[in-house]
Amino acid sequence: MNINFTLISQALAFSVFIWFTVKFVWPPLLRAIEERQKAIADGLAAGERGRHELELASQRSSDVLKEAKQRASEIILQAEKRATEIVEEAKRMAKEEGDRIITGAKADISHEMFSAKEALRQHAAQLAIAGAEKILRREVDAKVHADILVAIEEDLK
Amino acid sequence: MAAETELTPTSYIDHHLTYLTTQVSEGSFWVLHVDTLVTSLVLGVISFGFIWLVVRKATSGVPSKTQAFVELAVEFIDNEVKNTFHGNRHVLVAPLALTIFVWVLMMNAMDILPIDIMAWVTENVFGVHNWKIVPTTDVNTTFALALSVWFLMIFFNIKVKGLSGWMHELFCTPFGKNPLFWILNLLFNFIEYVSKPLSHSLRLFGNIYAGEIIFLLLGMWAATGVSGTIFGSILGAGWAIFHILIVTLQAFIFMMLTVVYISMAHESH
Repeated sequence: MNINFTLISQALAFSVFIWFTVKFVWPPLLRAIEERQKAIADGLAAGERGRHELELASQRSSDVLKEAKQRASEIILQAEKRATEIVEEAKRMAKEEGDRIITGAKADISHEMFSAKEALRQHAAQLAIAGAEKILRREVDAKVHADILVAIEEDLK
Repeated sequence: MAAETELTPTSYIDHHLTYLTTQVSEGSFWVLHVDTLVTSLVLGVISFGFIWLVVRKATSGVPSKTQAFVELAVEFIDNEVKNTFHGNRHVLVAPLALTIFVWVLMMNAMDILPIDIMAWVTENVFGVHNWKIVPTTDVNTTFALALSVWFLMIFFNIKVKGLSGWMHELFCTPFGKNPLFWILNLLFNFIEYVSKPLSHSLRLFGNIYAGEIIFLLLGMWAATGVSGTIFGSILGAGWAIFHILIVTLQAFIFMMLTVVYISMAHESH
């Protein structure tokens, strides 16, 4: 328990160690710690920002999706409308065409009928003439009796 | 052991409490405790060298395990200082606290090493007799630390408040500016300034010295035979485990008191 020169030497050693710590130990370590703290804080801030952006993006994507769905249903609606229009148009055209064909056919038929009647009439006239020839048992001069033949023909009409 | 003298409890304890001294100059003051000085220097060089090696390779990226360990200690101390000291602590106070904590902790921790084995090692390996390995059981060490802090305290008192500000504080606190109280105030502050380094240093010294004495007393069980040796060993182990707490706590208290004293020097009353 005696105070002696050891005290002074220890105080000197102490001051050297303090100087060493102040000069060489504390500042670089503190710098490293603070830099890391800053990096961590930056990282956290970036993460927060990313989260926010993700939120915005998902909001935007759902908006886009909603709009696209709406557009799609509109398009489908239009397409259906158009399809019925086309079908109606086709029906109408088909009906017209059919009517036209029917009309043509009817005209053809009446024409055929007319020409058949004509042919029949001629044929009948010839038959009648042939019959008359046979009845008269003589040759009828066609030139002489043309007026009679025409008259018969006229009758058969 | 000193085989040439008769071994009694008193001589055993005396033996362990004797310093290795050298006379620097004439007079009883000019004695140097070589063991105290060399042990503390070696411990300081080892610990601060270790920290310095880690710090030199310190990275702000992912730290190595040793760097994380050093950072843990540094951030712990930095936090304690931050809570107490409100100036720019990085200039002096925080590194000072680190120096004190690490160094005192290392010096205190020497107490846990088995005292007789260490005496044998210092005597037979290093060839020196009477080598006390715990520098903080030397009152010179604790006073050296406490007085250094005390001078820093006075330095900061004058630096922050100015000489007149400090004088004003010495005469006008804690009882007031009334000239009737000047003498009383000064007396009060005088007692405070004397008691600060005394309590600061003697608290550390007393705790570690008492711990050392208890180890010595437990060591004396070995003189009573085999069962006494075993009993003493168990008690010694228990005391050593408890002493881990004391060693750390005293280093921490010494550091905190330093920070508190220096913070008080920065703040006006």
